[in-house]
This record gives sequence, structure tokens and C-alpha cells, in this order.
Amino acid sequence: MKRFKFILQKEFKQIFRDKGMLPIIFLMPIMQLMVLSFAATFDVHNINMEIIDKDQSSLSQQLISKYASSSYFNILQNTPYDADNGESLQTGEAVIILEIPQDFEKNIIHHQPTQLSAKVDAIDGMSAGVSVNYAQSIIRDFQDNYLQEKGLLLKNGLKINISNLNWYNNSLNYKFYMVPGLLVLLVSMIGIFLTSMNIVKEKEIGTIEQLNVTPITKAEFIIGKLFPFWCIGMFVLSLGLSIAKLVFDIPIQGPLSIVFAFAMIYLLVVLGLGLIISTLSDTQQQSMFIAWFFMIVFVLLSGLFTPIENMPGWAQDLTLLNPVRYFIEIMRNVLLKGASWADVKMNFFIIGIYGIIINALAVLLYRKTN
Amino acid sequence: MISIRNLSKNYEEVQALKNISLEVKPKEIFGLIGPDGAGKTTLMRILTSLLLFDEGEVQVMGKSPISDYQFIRNHIGYMPGKFSLYEDLTVEENLSFFANIFGTTIEKSYDLIKDIYQQIEPFKKRKAGALSGGMKQKLALCAALIHYPKILFLDEPTTGVDPVSRKEFWHIIQQLHHHDITIFVSTPYMDEANLCDRIALIDKGEILNVDLPENISKAFDKTLYAIQCHEGNYQLIKKLREYTHFDSVFPFGEEVHYTDARATDIESDIKLYLEESGLTSIQIRKTASTIEDVFISLMNKN
Repeated sequence: MKRFKFILQKEFKQIFRDKGMLPIIFLMPIMQLMVLSFAATFDVHNINMEIIDKDQSSLSQQLISKYASSSYFNILQNTPYDADNGESLQTGEAVIILEIPQDFEKNIIHHQPTQLSAKVDAIDGMSAGVSVNYAQSIIRDFQDNYLQEKGLLLKNGLKINISNLNWYNNSLNYKFYMVPGLLVLLVSMIGIFLTSMNIVKEKEIGTIEQLNVTPITKAEFIIGKLFPFWCIGMFVLSLGLSIAKLVFDIPIQGPLSIVFAFAMIYLLVVLGLGLIISTLSDTQQQSMFIAWFFMIVFVLLSGLFTPIENMPGWAQDLTLLNPVRYFIEIMRNVLLKGASWADVKMNFFIIGIYGIIINALAVLLYRKTN
Repeated sequence: MISIRNLSKNYEEVQALKNISLEVKPKEIFGLIGPDGAGKTTLMRILTSLLLFDEGEVQVMGKSPISDYQFIRNHIGYMPGKFSLYEDLTVEENLSFFANIFGTTIEKSYDLIKDIYQQIEPFKKRKAGALSGGMKQKLALCAALIHYPKILFLDEPTTGVDPVSRKEFWHIIQQLHHHDITIFVSTPYMDEANLCDRIALIDKGEILNVDLPENISKAFDKTLYAIQCHEGNYQLIKKLREYTHFDSVFPFGEEVHYTDARATDIESDIKLYLEESGLTSIQIRKTASTIEDVFISLMNKN
């Protein structure tokens, strides 16, 4: 036990002395949380729009002014003719071109169906979808207003109105949704990358040779290596949660004790993975690449950026193997929804099993003697 | 202290050690002499419990390095060929760390390491990575001695070290003798063999000979000639190889060492032959054999 204290002492000394490591541990999470939370947004603002108004009527003017007054759209030009034939989409100036046909007003007044056309730059499928949605909702608004003005609504008598209420995230603030997930990624990255690199470093530099002829046991060596990063992982989580609360005003509905208790077990899984990676590689470079591979798979299958429900069946099954998924679920459910212990016991159960399997495997793979 | 019987070790295709047997007596300086790739480090790593072996029997202090590795690791010191201490820790931190791991302190072991440690003590606050090669080596030796080991294993301690530091280092090793430490040292330098109590010559995984250094150098069974000429060793060796009675020849410093197939005294015959071959200012004399001569002749037979 006394020996273990000296090992820990040495590890912490080396970690805090490493000029490259300190910023990674303390600055990187803060920076990433601050920057990525703003960058990783699904909100679309200031959509550049070109309007071809072939009608030039008062009704078409009304519609255009609705777009102009919306904060989502930024009207580049408004021409009566299709002058450049979609050139502005090609050059990337405009994202959406809305064309108002010639008999727009006439058709509406005569209660004839009329059609507007919108061409959208769909290179980025996600923002194209959002732009079209916004554009449509403005038209829908315009239509409702018009009908109401003319008293047609009453005349027709029947109109189903659907209004949404976004539970757990009233204002659909994407940051509430992203920040807890990003925080999980940061904690996982620190766990996987730093541990695997730290152990491989001893191999690469050759210091493990000298360590191996001492009475240090396998267990002491492994725990001595993992424990500091376990502490750092917990620290980064606390730091990240404070930033989430103070900077982004993330609601914390449920008990934080669930999050921390889960993180304690979760970090064991992540550190175990780091240990496995380190036993599979001989250089820090190799361990970096393997860690990256795992990380990318974990991120894409975590439900952070794309909802798991949208994935094909086989991919949904794969996410069941992803520890990151379970932590993100816990974070969102506890912070936003106020989940209780009973709601998340399945996640605890799974991550517990995961932890046992990964760490048993890691210890089996790790060999002190050849 | 160390006993090895019929030890063999294979790395996949390569047979690194072939049926080796050795005995090392308590408190002697035992030298393992051989060229690069002879199997010195492999043997050293087996004895220090870092490597498993395929066949044979190995005992270090009467214990097996496989089943009793904890005992062995507690009682040996090992200095690997490559500097293996933490470069980002200071001299003092490195030493205290290894002392603490063995449940001791620098102060308790000070008596043993004093002579060496005093030389690096002025730099004790400096990071190990910033030390010069010679200083690193002294630090590594201190770290290997910090727990009063019964046996000290030194793997090529003088490789890549300047001649003055080499001499100094051997002086230190011989001083350690007074502390009842058995020393097992490997080296590729033949001239260091004479500084050991006993030596084993090793080549291609086989032990060629084990004896006192002086006995080994005497073991040469042929008359040895040292020859020099004006045209240089390259021409000389070429001509000697073409000689009808040629037995062996290899460069030895400024001269070449030559043995003849005939047992009789044939100094003048050789000189005559070389002069006829067009070489000038030939000097030829009989010389005493060294360990290097023995080693090369054993290697050739092997």
C-alpha cells in the first residue's frame, strides 16, 4: 500500500510536469465546450434568399415583406425576371430561390390553386431541410392570415390547428441538447487517449524495463496508471458541468449524484479501453490511431449528432455496444428530464457489466513478462 | 549464485540461445563477452526474470526466475543497455522513486552508492533527460544499486561511452566488490575481459569458452605472428590469404595477426614470400595471444 502511494506520487508528478499535457487536460475541455457548443448547432439563421417575383402584385409584395421581416431570411435580390437562371445558387450566393408565378394574386382571388417554387442548395442536406421548413411555415402563415382577413376561415368552418409544445426543452434550445453530450465526449476522450498514451510511453521510452525488475506488481502498475486519469476524468466532468450551468444555463432537473455515480463506473470502462489499446500498441503513434478509430465509431453511434431512432436497424443494434451512448442518455435524461434512479437503472446495469468485461479483458491482455 | 543448465531460447525463427550452461560463483565479476547479436541481452533478460525461456534450468540465488520472480526482483539490480529511468524526473526524484519502491531510502543506501552518487549529486535537481551520457550511466547504476542487491546485472554498461568514462566505470565496478555484490556484466569489448574475474565467450547463442581471462588468452594453441608492411593491412591480408600455408589472418590494430598451418618456425619463409609478392618494409615477430585472438579463432571454428 505504501508502495502504491509512491507510484501515484510519481504519476501525478509526471502528468503535471508535462508541458504538453496540462493544456490538454484543463484548457482543451473548456475551449471545446465553449466553442463547439456554439458551432455544433442545427439552428439556421440568415438564409440567403433570392426572390423572383413574376407577379409584381400587392399580394406578392405582402408575402415578400413577410420573408424580409423574418430573422431567418436575408433577401439578396428581388427581381421580376428569372435573370440569371439559378446562377446565384451555383455561385453559392443564395441558398434558396423562391419563384412567385405570374398569376399568383389572380389565382388566389379567384380561389384557384396556385404554386410557388423554391430551389434549394442541398449540398448540406440538413440545413436545406431546415430552410425549406422555414420557408414553408412562412407561406402557411401568410395563407392563414389571408384567409382570416377575408373571413374565409369562418366560411369554410373547418380548420385543424396543431400547436406543438416542446417538453423538456421548451424553447428547443439546441445547446441544452448538445452541451451534455459534448461533455460526455470530452470525458471519454481524456480517458481513452491519455491513459493509452501514458502506458505506451513507458514501453516506447523503455522505462518499463527498469520498472519490471522492481517488486511492483501488475495490479499496482495498472491501477497506478489508471487512477490519476480517473481523477482527471471526474474533475473534467465537474468543470464541464459548472461551465454548462454558468455559461449555457443548462437546466439541471434531476439529481447530479446520478450523473457522478454513473461517471465513476463509466470512467472505469473508458480507462479499461485505454489499457487494452495500450497493450495492443508499441508506440504512442499506434495507440493514437487505434484510439481515434474507437472514438470516431463511438461518436457517430452515440446519438449525439444524429438521433439513434433515425439509424437503420443494424446501426441501432450497434449503438447498444457503445458505452458513450449510455452516458449521453443519462446526461440528457437527468439534466433535462429530471430522471430518477429508477429510470436509469438499466443504464447502470449495462455499464456495470461492460466495466467488468472490459477490465477483465484488459488485465488478461496485459502481460508484464513476455 | 547463478546456475544455468542446457538453456535454450527461440524467437520464432531465430534460435537466440542454444543449450547454454554456466555457473557464476558468489562475489565474482563475471563477464559475458561477445559481439552484437550473440545473445547477451537475451540471457541477461532471462536471468532478471524479464523473459521466459523454452528449455533448460535456470537458478538465480537458488530460485527460479519464473516461479520466484518476486524474490529475484527484490534482490537483484539491473541496469539495461538503454537508459531506462524517467527523463522527466530529476536525478533525486528518480533515485527516491526507485528507493521507495524497494521500501528503502537514499539515506539508507548512501553507504553503497556514495562514491558514484557524489559525482552526480551537484546535479540532483536537474532532470535526468538533461544529463550527459556518462552522468546518465552513473545515475542508472545508482538506481540499480539503491536496494543493496545481491547480484548486479549490467548489460553493456560501457557501450557508447568515452574511453575515460569507461575506465572510470570499471573502477567503480571493481570497488563494488568490497560490498559483497556478485556482478554479471556483458560487453562487446574484448579488452574489458581482463578486468573480470571470470569470463564466458558467447557467439551466435553458444558459449564458446568459460574460464579465467588469463587462461583463455593462453588457450591459443598456435604460434601467432604479428606482421606489418608499408603497403598497408589490406594488401597484406590479401597476399597472406593467397599463401599456400595460410591458416588464419585478421587485422589487429596497426598490425595483422597471422597463424600458419605449419608448426615449425617459419618467420623467414613468410617474409620471403611477402617480399616476392611485392610488399616492402616487412616487419614480422612472434606475439603473445590475447583474448581477441582466441575469440576469433573459436568463432571461425564455430
